[in-house]
Amino acid sequence: MTNQEWKFTTKDIAEKPDLFTSGHRACAGCGPATVLRLIMKATRGPTIVTEATGCMEVVSSIYPYTSWAVPWLHTAFETAAANASGIEAALKVMKRKGRLKQEHVDVLAFAGDGGTYDIGLQALSGAVERGHDFLFVLYDNEAYMNTGIQRSGGTPLGAATSTTPAGSVLPGKLEHKKPIAEIMLAHEMPYVATASPYYWKDMLTKVRKGLEVDGPAFLHVFAPCPRGWRSDPAKSIEYSKLAVESCVFPLWESVNGICQLSVPSKLVALAPQKKKSVSEYMQGQGRFRHLFTPQNKNLLEEIQRMTDEKWQRLLKKCQTEKT
Amino acid sequence: MTSREKSWKEIAPAGVCSKSSIEFLTGDWKTYMPVRDVEKCTLCLTCVLFCPDGAIRWRPEKGDIEFDYSYCKGCGICANECPTKAITMKLEKE
Amino acid sequence: MKSICKQRLMALSGDEAVAHAVKQSDVDVVAAYPITPQTIIVEKFGEYVANGEVQTEFVCTESEHSALAACLAASVMGARTFTASASAGLALMHEMLFVTSGSRAPVVMAIANRALSAPLNIHGDQSDSMAERDSGWIQVYVENSQEAYDSIIQAFRIAEDVGVLLPIIVGLDGFTLSHSLENVKVLEDDAVKKFVGIRQLPNVLTHEGKSVPFRLDPDNPMTMGPIAFPNYYFEFKRQQDEAMKNALGLIQEVNSEFAELCGRGYGNGLVEAYHLVDAEVAVVCVGSTAGTLKTVVDSLRNEGVKAGLLRLRTFRPLPVEEIRSALASVKAVAVMDKSLSFGGNGGAVFHEVRHALYDVDDRPYVVNYVYGLGGRDVNPRELRGVFEDLQGILRTRRVANLVRYLGLRE
Repeated sequence: MTNQEWKFTTKDIAEKPDLFTSGHRACAGCGPATVLRLIMKATRGPTIVTEATGCMEVVSSIYPYTSWAVPWLHTAFETAAANASGIEAALKVMKRKGRLKQEHVDVLAFAGDGGTYDIGLQALSGAVERGHDFLFVLYDNEAYMNTGIQRSGGTPLGAATSTTPAGSVLPGKLEHKKPIAEIMLAHEMPYVATASPYYWKDMLTKVRKGLEVDGPAFLHVFAPCPRGWRSDPAKSIEYSKLAVESCVFPLWESVNGICQLSVPSKLVALAPQKKKSVSEYMQGQGRFRHLFTPQNKNLLEEIQRMTDEKWQRLLKKCQTEKT
Repeated sequence: MTSREKSWKEIAPAGVCSKSSIEFLTGDWKTYMPVRDVEKCTLCLTCVLFCPDGAIRWRPEKGDIEFDYSYCKGCGICANECPTKAITMKLEKE
Repeated sequence: MKSICKQRLMALSGDEAVAHAVKQSDVDVVAAYPITPQTIIVEKFGEYVANGEVQTEFVCTESEHSALAACLAASVMGARTFTASASAGLALMHEMLFVTSGSRAPVVMAIANRALSAPLNIHGDQSDSMAERDSGWIQVYVENSQEAYDSIIQAFRIAEDVGVLLPIIVGLDGFTLSHSLENVKVLEDDAVKKFVGIRQLPNVLTHEGKSVPFRLDPDNPMTMGPIAFPNYYFEFKRQQDEAMKNALGLIQEVNSEFAELCGRGYGNGLVEAYHLVDAEVAVVCVGSTAGTLKTVVDSLRNEGVKAGLLRLRTFRPLPVEEIRSALASVKAVAVMDKSLSFGGNGGAVFHEVRHALYDVDDRPYVVNYVYGLGGRDVNPRELRGVFEDLQGILRTRRVANLVRYLGLRE
């Protein structure tokens, strides 16, 4: 892994051309769209992107229009990481046989929580185990949004989705959010990190680190969906801030297995009195509205308790692994 | 099907896209539009970064930002994130 | 007449012959997952890689679905790709088969034809690739290991032709061919490399308004695999069907060119007619059983029976004209199926041959023999019985059963 410190300012990013261009058909206020747009600005080029079926894939590639100014391939829902493996293998052999013009090409895979947690997990795990040189970015809007907001392995406990609605008997999803970043960490891969678009500088630094690392890298990005979360489209970025401030989505990174808390979460750790409650994070999200009724009081408390527990475990982990 | 749609003999195989989405204007989606108070704007470029549609651009040659209403979907993220509250969402008049 | 190229004799099983052909064909990426009875192909290839005999990138994927996805992605990078599978593995790839052909990626895949579960069966029948006949892949079935070797080499040329640009399956019967040692004449490395050549790419118009080679290239970005709504999708499918039509001619050309090079042609590439010129009774067969049938036809001919055999080498695209002309004199045809389309009143080959013959003047009797499912062996005596049944049909002018199960315990 190179120790290259990528220095950039807001103006640097703002001036970079959009490689994920305007005219895509994402909803107004789409979190993933901001995530992808910013991440593409952080690429160092040349880049080849492959993407799993999902919101971002569909909205950016409605024939005959494309929002991609880089080579881009979509094949199926499960296959983001398998495609990345094939592209990377082709680049390697083309270089070996003297047919590659470029010195190096970055392979970048995008997938939503569907194409990562669930149907795409096998291909991701396999590609990482094989050590392909690529960056896999998960844009997590916490449900299968493109097909109508159905629950995924990434849907958090208590969230209402179209397959786990909040009804008179059941209060939304009963299962926990799969700890996908920890699962990837357990693969003992070179680079794993979590990011949130409000903290764009942190996010883009991590993107560059992931691209620069030699071998597989995984970036879990929190990406609010106003449509699926039934929240104000204007607040998508704000929610990505609240998620970190309430420790629902802490920011950390792991370089060769050593975990470090990222600055935004470090600040929360240093000033625990300023840590926000999960209720504050959930306010205004229609998918959690039922949790504020008297009969779901226990569940809400349970969620707060578990969030705190997980946060403490993370703090301990990062403490003990301080280099 | 309009007469200018191409036949199977004319299109590129395998669905290789033939137009950039820049030609697809999403600006008519919005109900509210962002209006900037230039006095309050510090050109921090936060709105430029956070716009999901890249509809706010930093123009270094002008030393200013510009709003491209032909793509803006009126989500209001720019107004919500502006640190000086320089942007307000106003009902778009026809 | 030009002399044929230098070749040497090797003792190879069908799988080994396939692997050897892949080794010589300057393949860029092999992404595969093992499954009986294809395992020897990937194992042999692993040996080549370990010994530095190939420059190929060998990706041992974690499933067949990912294997084909990786091959597809490598192929649209402009790389020459190969994979192999069978049975459940091919079934697992099902979704990706359609994506690959729809993406016009010329992946070459060897299928060591094997029965599908349930119950689990590792032995040879053709239900795996017959079930994929709608997937838009060219399908060529071989009679022996020699043809397996020859057809893999030809496959790269067929698939990569810019007028075709379709993926191709080369089917060899599981265990019967995949694991049986045969004499195989192999060409020299240079001769194969020259025959397969460098992969050519057509030019496509991208969203940048440039006409550039059809591959993922940072210098010429293009978007592949979009969503196409009802107002566009149909046209892409029509293009695929046209490519299949182009393949009919190309398969014949490649067959001739290969025959000129090494002295071996397989009929006209689409079908192989054996003693059909004046045949009155004939069997249509796909795959290795044709070999046994040839000896049966020989002995019947010795007895004065006007028997013949039509081996369908290419199943997709279906060579309708060749089927009609080859069987022009035949009055009773038995179509052999080493697979079964449940509830479909017979097997796939039967359906399609009968369909091809429907429009001929004075069409023959066409009956179906489903045989060999799950690797059940069929012997010359049973096959001789088929011809006797056909003679019976002509005598009585009656078909007792349109679909029969040969070798089944009734």
